[in-house]
Amino acid sequence: MIPASFDYVRAGSAAEAISLIGQYGDEAKFLAGGHSLLPMMKLRLAQPTVLVDIARVKDLSYIRDAGDHIAIGALTRHMDVETSPVLAQHAPLLAHAAGHVGDPQVRHRGTIGGTIAHADPASDLPATTLALGATYVVQGPNGTREIKAADFYKGFLESDLAADEMITEVRVPKMNGAGWSFQKFNRRAQDWAIVGVAAWRGSNGSGVALVNMGQTPVLATSVSKALADGASIADAAALAAAEASPSKDNNASVEYRTHLAKVLVRRALEESTK
Amino acid sequence: MEIRVTVNGKQHVSDVEPRTLLVHYIREVLGLTGTNVGCDTSSCGACSVHVDGEAVKSCTVLAVQADGSAVTTIEGMAAADGTLHPMQKAFMENHGLQCGYCTPGMVMAATSLLKENPNPTEEEIRIGLEGNLCRCTGYHNIVKSVLAAAGK
Repeated sequence: MIPASFDYVRAGSAAEAISLIGQYGDEAKFLAGGHSLLPMMKLRLAQPTVLVDIARVKDLSYIRDAGDHIAIGALTRHMDVETSPVLAQHAPLLAHAAGHVGDPQVRHRGTIGGTIAHADPASDLPATTLALGATYVVQGPNGTREIKAADFYKGFLESDLAADEMITEVRVPKMNGAGWSFQKFNRRAQDWAIVGVAAWRGSNGSGVALVNMGQTPVLATSVSKALADGASIADAAALAAAEASPSKDNNASVEYRTHLAKVLVRRALEESTK
Repeated sequence: MEIRVTVNGKQHVSDVEPRTLLVHYIREVLGLTGTNVGCDTSSCGACSVHVDGEAVKSCTVLAVQADGSAVTTIEGMAAADGTLHPMQKAFMENHGLQCGYCTPGMVMAATSLLKENPNPTEEEIRIGLEGNLCRCTGYHNIVKSVLAAAGK
Protein backbone atom coordinates (compact mmCIF):
# COMPACT_ATOMS: atom_id res chain seq x y z
CA MET A 1 0.00 0.00 0.00
CA ILE A 2 1.28 3.41 -0.96
CA PRO A 3 -0.15 6.64 0.44
CA ALA A 4 -2.08 8.98 -1.84
CA SER A 5 0.04 11.73 -3.37
CA PHE A 6 1.11 14.63 -1.22
CA ASP A 7 3.62 17.43 -1.27
CA TYR A 8 6.50 17.20 1.16
CA VAL A 9 8.26 20.12 2.83
CA ARG A 10 10.81 20.16 5.60
CA ALA A 11 10.99 22.54 8.53
CA GLY A 12 14.24 23.45 10.22
CA SER A 13 12.66 24.92 13.32
CA ALA A 14 9.36 24.92 15.21
CA ALA A 15 8.66 28.48 14.02
CA GLU A 16 9.23 27.48 10.41
CA ALA A 17 7.03 24.41 10.82
CA ILE A 18 4.15 26.51 12.18
CA SER A 19 4.57 29.06 9.42
CA LEU A 20 4.50 26.30 6.79
CA ILE A 21 1.43 24.61 8.25
CA GLY A 22 -0.31 28.00 8.35
CA GLN A 23 0.57 28.55 4.72
CA TYR A 24 -0.88 25.21 3.58
CA GLY A 25 -3.94 25.20 5.84
CA ASP A 26 -6.16 22.38 7.06
CA GLU A 27 -4.99 19.82 4.51
CA ALA A 28 -1.44 19.85 5.85
CA LYS A 29 -0.12 17.61 8.64
CA PHE A 30 3.05 17.56 10.69
CA LEU A 31 5.20 14.48 10.14
CA ALA A 32 7.42 13.48 13.08
CA GLY A 33 8.32 9.78 13.33
CA GLY A 34 5.36 8.95 11.14
CA HIS A 35 4.47 5.73 12.91
CA SER A 36 0.86 6.69 13.50
CA LEU A 37 0.37 8.97 10.50
CA LEU A 38 1.93 6.87 7.72
CA PRO A 39 -0.07 3.70 8.51
CA MET A 40 -3.24 5.81 8.48
CA MET A 41 -2.22 7.38 5.17
CA LYS A 42 -1.55 3.96 3.65
CA LEU A 43 -5.05 2.89 4.66
CA ARG A 44 -6.51 6.21 3.37
CA LEU A 45 -7.79 6.96 6.87
CA ALA A 46 -5.79 10.17 6.55
CA GLN A 47 -5.16 11.95 3.26
CA PRO A 48 -3.21 15.14 3.88
CA THR A 49 -2.13 16.95 0.72
CA VAL A 50 1.01 18.35 2.36
CA LEU A 51 3.34 16.86 4.95
CA VAL A 52 5.52 19.23 6.93
CA ASP A 53 8.43 17.08 8.11
CA ILE A 54 9.52 18.27 11.56
CA ALA A 55 11.75 15.28 12.38
CA ARG A 56 14.89 17.28 11.57
CA VAL A 57 14.14 19.97 14.16
CA LYS A 58 16.96 18.63 16.31
CA ASP A 59 16.61 21.15 19.14
CA LEU A 60 13.29 19.50 20.07
CA SER A 61 14.94 16.22 21.02
CA TYR A 62 16.14 16.38 24.63
CA ILE A 63 15.48 15.17 28.17
CA ARG A 64 16.38 17.72 30.86
CA ASP A 65 16.11 17.94 34.61
CA ALA A 66 14.16 21.18 35.16
CA GLY A 67 13.92 21.17 38.95
CA ASP A 68 10.48 19.93 39.97
CA HIS A 69 9.86 18.30 36.58
CA ILE A 70 11.61 16.65 33.67
CA ALA A 71 11.34 18.51 30.37
CA ILE A 72 11.18 16.26 27.32
CA GLY A 73 11.46 17.69 23.81
CA ALA A 74 8.49 16.68 21.67
CA LEU A 75 10.66 14.99 19.06
CA THR A 76 12.38 12.72 21.57
CA ARG A 77 11.95 9.16 20.34
CA HIS A 78 10.39 6.40 22.44
CA MET A 79 13.73 4.57 22.48
CA ASP A 80 15.42 7.62 24.00
CA VAL A 81 12.67 8.00 26.61
CA GLU A 82 12.93 4.29 27.43
CA THR A 83 16.69 4.38 27.97
CA SER A 84 17.08 7.82 29.59
CA PRO A 85 18.98 7.70 32.92
CA VAL A 86 17.30 10.98 33.95
CA LEU A 87 13.85 9.47 33.47
CA ALA A 88 14.91 6.19 35.07
CA GLN A 89 15.68 8.20 38.19
CA HIS A 90 12.86 10.76 38.22
CA ALA A 91 10.00 9.35 36.15
CA PRO A 92 10.60 5.60 35.85
CA LEU A 93 6.94 4.92 35.02
CA LEU A 94 7.26 6.94 31.82
CA ALA A 95 10.55 5.31 30.78
CA HIS A 96 9.10 1.86 31.41
CA ALA A 97 5.87 2.60 29.51
CA ALA A 98 7.84 3.99 26.55
CA GLY A 99 9.56 0.59 26.36
CA HIS A 100 6.15 -0.99 25.76
CA VAL A 101 5.18 1.15 22.76
CA GLY A 102 5.04 -1.00 19.64
CA ASP A 103 8.35 -2.80 19.16
CA PRO A 104 12.01 -1.72 18.93
CA GLN A 105 11.74 -0.72 15.26
CA VAL A 106 8.73 1.46 16.05
CA ARG A 107 10.49 2.94 19.09
CA HIS A 108 13.45 3.92 16.90
CA ARG A 109 11.14 6.24 14.94
CA GLY A 110 8.08 7.21 16.99
CA THR A 111 8.22 10.32 19.17
CA ILE A 112 6.59 11.32 22.45
CA GLY A 113 5.12 14.50 20.96
CA GLY A 114 3.78 12.56 18.00
CA THR A 115 1.95 9.96 20.04
CA ILE A 116 0.44 12.62 22.31
CA ALA A 117 -0.67 14.80 19.38
CA HIS A 118 -2.21 11.72 17.75
CA ALA A 119 -4.31 11.33 20.94
CA ASP A 120 -5.09 7.67 20.47
CA PRO A 121 -6.81 6.32 23.62
CA ALA A 122 -5.18 2.93 22.88
CA SER A 123 -1.64 4.36 22.93
CA ASP A 124 0.51 3.96 26.02
CA LEU A 125 2.05 7.39 26.53
CA PRO A 126 -1.04 9.63 26.42
CA ALA A 127 -2.46 7.70 29.41
CA THR A 128 0.91 7.48 31.16
CA THR A 129 1.57 11.21 30.97
CA LEU A 130 -2.04 11.79 32.06
CA ALA A 131 -1.50 9.61 35.15
CA LEU A 132 1.68 11.54 35.93
CA GLY A 133 -0.06 14.93 35.75
CA ALA A 134 2.08 16.09 32.83
CA THR A 135 1.80 19.44 31.09
CA TYR A 136 2.19 19.79 27.33
CA VAL A 137 3.84 22.92 25.92
CA VAL A 138 2.31 23.89 22.60
CA GLN A 139 3.58 26.43 20.08
CA GLY A 140 1.37 28.21 17.56
CA PRO A 141 1.44 31.32 15.39
CA ASN A 142 0.65 33.49 18.45
CA GLY A 143 3.24 32.03 20.80
CA THR A 144 3.27 29.19 23.26
CA ARG A 145 0.74 27.93 25.77
CA GLU A 146 0.71 25.15 28.34
CA ILE A 147 -2.06 22.56 28.43
CA LYS A 148 -2.51 20.16 31.31
CA ALA A 149 -2.79 16.56 30.14
CA ALA A 150 -6.13 16.37 32.00
CA ASP A 151 -7.51 19.16 29.73
CA PHE A 152 -5.90 18.03 26.48
CA TYR A 153 -7.84 15.00 25.26
CA LYS A 154 -11.21 15.90 23.74
CA GLY A 155 -12.37 12.82 21.82
CA PHE A 156 -11.21 9.91 19.68
CA LEU A 157 -7.97 11.13 18.03
CA GLU A 158 -9.06 14.65 18.99
CA SER A 159 -7.25 17.04 21.28
CA ASP A 160 -7.15 20.68 22.27
CA LEU A 161 -4.38 21.19 19.69
CA ALA A 162 -5.30 23.57 16.85
CA ALA A 163 -4.29 22.59 13.31
CA ASP A 164 -1.53 25.19 13.29
CA GLU A 165 -0.14 24.30 16.71
CA MET A 166 2.53 21.75 17.54
CA ILE A 167 3.62 20.23 20.82
CA THR A 168 7.16 21.31 21.60
CA GLU A 169 7.72 19.92 25.09
CA VAL A 170 6.26 17.46 27.57
CA ARG A 171 6.76 18.32 31.25
CA VAL A 172 6.53 15.42 33.63
CA PRO A 173 6.54 16.08 37.38
CA LYS A 174 9.27 14.20 39.23
CA MET A 175 7.90 11.09 40.91
CA ASN A 176 10.05 11.59 44.02
CA GLY A 177 10.37 7.89 44.69
CA ALA A 178 6.66 7.08 44.43
CA GLY A 179 5.75 3.46 43.71
CA TRP A 180 4.49 2.80 40.22
CA SER A 181 3.21 0.17 37.84
CA PHE A 182 2.40 -0.19 34.17
CA GLN A 183 0.04 -2.97 33.19
CA LYS A 184 -0.48 -3.75 29.52
CA PHE A 185 -2.78 -6.59 28.58
CA ASN A 186 -2.59 -7.64 24.95
CA ARG A 187 -2.58 -10.74 22.78
CA ARG A 188 0.73 -10.19 20.99
CA ALA A 189 3.70 -8.34 22.48
CA GLN A 190 3.70 -5.59 19.84
CA ASP A 191 -0.05 -4.92 19.89
CA TRP A 192 -1.92 -2.03 21.39
CA ALA A 193 -3.27 -2.75 24.85
CA ILE A 194 -6.71 -4.33 25.05
CA VAL A 195 -6.68 -2.52 28.38
CA GLY A 196 -3.70 -0.81 29.97
CA VAL A 197 -3.09 0.92 33.29
CA ALA A 198 -0.45 3.47 34.27
CA ALA A 199 -0.37 4.11 38.01
CA TRP A 200 1.75 5.68 40.73
CA ARG A 201 1.25 6.03 44.46
CA GLY A 202 3.33 8.16 46.79
CA SER A 203 3.20 10.15 49.98
CA ASN A 204 1.35 13.01 48.25
CA GLY A 205 -1.35 10.96 46.55
CA SER A 206 -1.76 8.77 43.52
CA GLY A 207 -2.49 8.86 39.81
CA VAL A 208 -4.18 6.16 37.77
CA ALA A 209 -4.94 6.37 34.04
CA LEU A 210 -6.45 3.82 31.70
CA VAL A 211 -5.45 2.88 28.16
CA ASN A 212 -8.17 1.92 25.65
CA MET A 213 -11.08 2.37 28.04
CA GLY A 214 -12.93 5.11 26.15
CA GLN A 215 -12.71 7.71 23.42
CA THR A 216 -9.79 9.36 25.22
CA PRO A 217 -7.23 8.16 27.75
CA VAL A 218 -9.10 8.06 31.05
CA LEU A 219 -8.00 9.46 34.40
CA ALA A 220 -9.46 7.17 37.06
CA THR A 221 -10.08 9.92 39.61
CA SER A 222 -12.50 7.82 41.68
CA VAL A 223 -9.72 5.35 42.41
CA SER A 224 -7.35 8.07 43.62
CA LYS A 225 -10.07 9.70 45.68
CA ALA A 226 -10.98 6.40 47.35
CA LEU A 227 -7.32 5.75 48.19
CA ALA A 228 -7.01 9.25 49.64
CA ASP A 229 -10.10 8.54 51.76
CA GLY A 230 -8.46 5.42 53.13
CA ALA A 231 -10.09 2.72 50.99
CA SER A 232 -8.36 -0.63 50.58
CA ILE A 233 -6.71 -1.41 47.26
CA ALA A 234 -9.46 -3.90 46.42
CA ASP A 235 -12.21 -1.38 47.16
CA ALA A 236 -10.45 1.40 45.23
CA ALA A 237 -9.80 -0.89 42.26
CA ALA A 238 -13.49 -1.77 42.11
CA LEU A 239 -14.04 1.87 41.02
CA ALA A 240 -11.54 1.56 38.14
CA ALA A 241 -14.10 1.97 35.37
CA ALA A 242 -16.16 4.72 37.04
CA GLU A 243 -14.92 7.37 34.59
CA ALA A 244 -14.51 5.01 31.63
CA SER A 245 -16.78 4.42 28.64
CA PRO A 246 -15.15 1.48 26.85
CA SER A 247 -16.13 0.24 23.41
CA LYS A 248 -16.33 -3.33 22.17
CA ASP A 249 -14.11 -4.57 19.37
CA ASN A 250 -12.73 -7.87 18.07
CA ASN A 251 -10.61 -8.28 21.19
CA ALA A 252 -13.05 -7.55 23.97
CA SER A 253 -16.65 -6.80 24.90
CA VAL A 254 -17.54 -3.82 27.06
CA GLU A 255 -18.09 -6.16 30.05
CA TYR A 256 -14.73 -7.88 29.55
CA ARG A 257 -12.87 -4.57 29.28
CA THR A 258 -14.58 -3.27 32.40
CA HIS A 259 -13.64 -6.39 34.35
CA LEU A 260 -10.09 -6.29 33.01
CA ALA A 261 -9.69 -2.65 34.05
CA LYS A 262 -10.61 -3.50 37.64
CA VAL A 263 -8.22 -6.46 37.74
CA LEU A 264 -5.35 -4.51 36.19
CA VAL A 265 -5.89 -1.48 38.43
CA ARG A 266 -5.80 -3.76 41.48
CA ARG A 267 -2.55 -5.32 40.27
CA ALA A 268 -1.13 -1.89 39.47
CA LEU A 269 -1.99 -0.54 42.92
CA GLU A 270 -0.52 -3.60 44.62
CA GLU A 271 2.69 -3.14 42.68
CA SER A 272 2.72 0.63 43.35
CA THR A 273 2.17 0.33 47.10
CA LYS A 274 5.41 0.05 48.95
CA MET B 1 12.28 15.19 -4.85
CA GLU B 2 15.99 14.48 -5.01
CA ILE B 3 17.38 12.36 -2.18
CA ARG B 4 20.88 11.21 -1.34
CA VAL B 5 21.03 7.92 0.49
CA THR B 6 24.01 5.72 1.21
CA VAL B 7 22.89 2.12 0.89
CA ASN B 8 25.31 -0.62 1.91
CA GLY B 9 28.16 1.87 1.65
CA LYS B 10 27.30 3.12 -1.82
CA GLN B 11 25.84 6.58 -2.34
CA HIS B 12 22.76 6.93 -4.49
CA VAL B 13 21.20 10.14 -5.74
CA SER B 14 17.62 9.54 -6.82
CA ASP B 15 14.54 11.48 -7.73
CA VAL B 16 11.57 10.00 -5.87
CA GLU B 17 7.94 10.85 -5.32
CA PRO B 18 7.42 11.93 -1.68
CA ARG B 19 5.00 9.04 -1.15
CA THR B 20 7.58 6.42 -2.12
CA LEU B 21 8.14 4.10 0.82
CA LEU B 22 11.71 3.27 1.73
CA VAL B 23 11.09 -0.43 1.11
CA HIS B 24 9.90 0.25 -2.44
CA TYR B 25 12.85 2.55 -3.04
CA ILE B 26 15.21 -0.21 -1.91
CA ARG B 27 13.51 -2.98 -3.86
CA GLU B 28 12.30 -1.27 -7.01
CA VAL B 29 14.63 1.67 -7.57
CA LEU B 30 17.85 0.10 -6.28
CA GLY B 31 16.90 -3.49 -7.17
CA LEU B 32 17.86 -4.84 -3.74
CA THR B 33 15.13 -7.43 -3.29
CA GLY B 34 16.53 -9.14 -0.19
CA THR B 35 14.33 -6.86 1.93
CA ASN B 36 10.87 -8.41 1.88
CA VAL B 37 7.44 -6.87 2.17
CA GLY B 38 5.33 -8.98 4.49
CA CYS B 39 2.31 -7.38 6.11
CA ASP B 40 2.90 -3.84 4.83
CA THR B 41 1.32 -2.55 8.06
CA SER B 42 4.40 -2.25 10.34
CA SER B 43 3.53 -5.46 12.17
CA CYS B 44 5.64 -8.30 10.79
CA GLY B 45 9.14 -6.83 10.54
CA ALA B 46 10.05 -8.62 7.28
CA CYS B 47 11.01 -5.23 5.79
CA SER B 48 13.41 -4.32 8.63
CA VAL B 49 16.56 -2.48 7.54
CA HIS B 50 19.02 -0.31 9.42
CA VAL B 51 18.82 3.46 9.11
CA ASP B 52 21.91 5.01 10.65
CA GLY B 53 22.59 1.75 12.44
CA GLU B 54 19.15 1.16 13.95
CA ALA B 55 16.49 -1.29 12.82
CA VAL B 56 13.37 0.30 11.34
CA LYS B 57 10.43 -1.03 9.38
CA SER B 58 11.03 0.27 5.87
CA CYS B 59 7.34 -0.08 4.93
CA THR B 60 6.59 2.72 7.41
CA VAL B 61 9.36 5.13 6.45
CA LEU B 62 9.23 7.41 3.43
CA ALA B 63 12.30 7.39 1.20
CA VAL B 64 12.43 11.18 1.61
CA GLN B 65 12.71 10.69 5.39
CA ALA B 66 15.86 8.65 4.81
CA ASP B 67 17.46 11.46 2.77
CA GLY B 68 21.01 11.95 4.04
CA SER B 69 21.00 8.67 5.97
CA ALA B 70 23.06 5.51 5.78
CA VAL B 71 20.88 2.48 5.11
CA THR B 72 22.00 -1.12 5.50
CA THR B 73 19.99 -3.97 4.00
CA ILE B 74 20.55 -7.71 4.22
CA GLU B 75 22.71 -7.47 1.07
CA GLY B 76 25.11 -5.25 3.02
CA MET B 77 25.68 -7.69 5.87
CA ALA B 78 28.15 -10.16 4.37
CA ALA B 79 31.73 -9.06 3.68
CA ALA B 80 32.78 -8.17 0.16
CA ASP B 81 34.41 -11.60 -0.25
CA GLY B 82 31.15 -13.31 0.63
CA THR B 83 32.02 -14.17 4.24
CA LEU B 84 28.74 -14.18 6.08
CA HIS B 85 28.02 -11.76 8.92
CA PRO B 86 28.23 -13.60 12.27
CA MET B 87 24.46 -13.27 12.64
CA GLN B 88 23.84 -14.80 9.21
CA LYS B 89 26.26 -17.60 10.05
CA ALA B 90 24.52 -18.20 13.38
CA PHE B 91 21.12 -18.44 11.65
CA MET B 92 22.57 -20.96 9.19
CA GLU B 93 24.27 -23.08 11.82
CA ASN B 94 21.32 -23.09 14.23
CA HIS B 95 18.63 -23.74 11.64
CA GLY B 96 17.15 -20.32 12.43
CA LEU B 97 14.97 -20.35 9.33
CA GLN B 98 12.65 -22.56 7.39
CA CYS B 99 10.94 -20.75 4.50
CA GLY B 100 13.30 -17.80 4.91
CA TYR B 101 10.79 -15.05 4.25
CA CYS B 102 11.18 -13.37 7.66
CA THR B 103 14.93 -14.04 7.80
CA PRO B 104 16.33 -10.81 6.32
CA GLY B 105 14.20 -8.81 8.75
CA MET B 106 15.10 -11.10 11.64
CA VAL B 107 18.82 -10.73 10.92
CA MET B 108 18.55 -6.94 10.71
CA ALA B 109 16.46 -6.71 13.90
CA ALA B 110 18.74 -9.12 15.75
CA THR B 111 21.94 -7.27 14.82
CA SER B 112 20.33 -3.98 15.91
CA LEU B 113 19.33 -5.67 19.18
CA LEU B 114 22.87 -6.90 19.88
CA LYS B 115 24.24 -3.45 19.16
CA GLU B 116 22.00 -2.02 21.91
CA ASN B 117 22.36 -5.00 24.23
CA PRO B 118 25.49 -7.05 23.39
CA ASN B 119 24.87 -9.58 26.14
CA PRO B 120 21.12 -10.35 26.14
CA THR B 121 19.36 -13.08 28.06
CA GLU B 122 17.10 -15.45 26.18
CA GLU B 123 14.09 -13.49 27.46
CA GLU B 124 15.59 -10.20 26.31
CA ILE B 125 16.05 -11.67 22.85
CA ARG B 126 12.44 -12.84 22.74
CA ILE B 127 11.23 -9.40 23.81
CA GLY B 128 13.74 -7.66 21.54
CA LEU B 129 12.38 -9.51 18.51
CA GLU B 130 8.74 -8.72 19.33
CA GLY B 131 8.52 -6.69 16.14
CA ASN B 132 9.33 -9.63 13.87
CA LEU B 133 6.93 -12.45 13.08
CA CYS B 134 7.94 -15.94 11.89
CA ARG B 135 5.24 -18.37 10.84
CA CYS B 136 7.53 -21.42 10.47
CA THR B 137 10.02 -21.90 13.25
CA GLY B 138 8.13 -21.24 16.46
CA TYR B 139 11.01 -18.84 17.16
CA HIS B 140 13.10 -21.31 19.19
CA ASN B 141 15.90 -21.68 16.66
CA ILE B 142 15.85 -17.97 15.89
CA VAL B 143 16.44 -17.24 19.57
CA LYS B 144 19.17 -19.92 19.61
CA SER B 145 20.79 -18.26 16.61
CA VAL B 146 20.86 -14.85 18.27
CA LEU B 147 22.23 -16.36 21.48
CA ALA B 148 24.96 -18.02 19.41
CA ALA B 149 25.77 -14.77 17.62
CA ALA B 150 26.08 -13.10 21.04
CA GLY B 151 28.66 -15.74 21.95
CA LYS B 152 26.44 -17.80 24.26
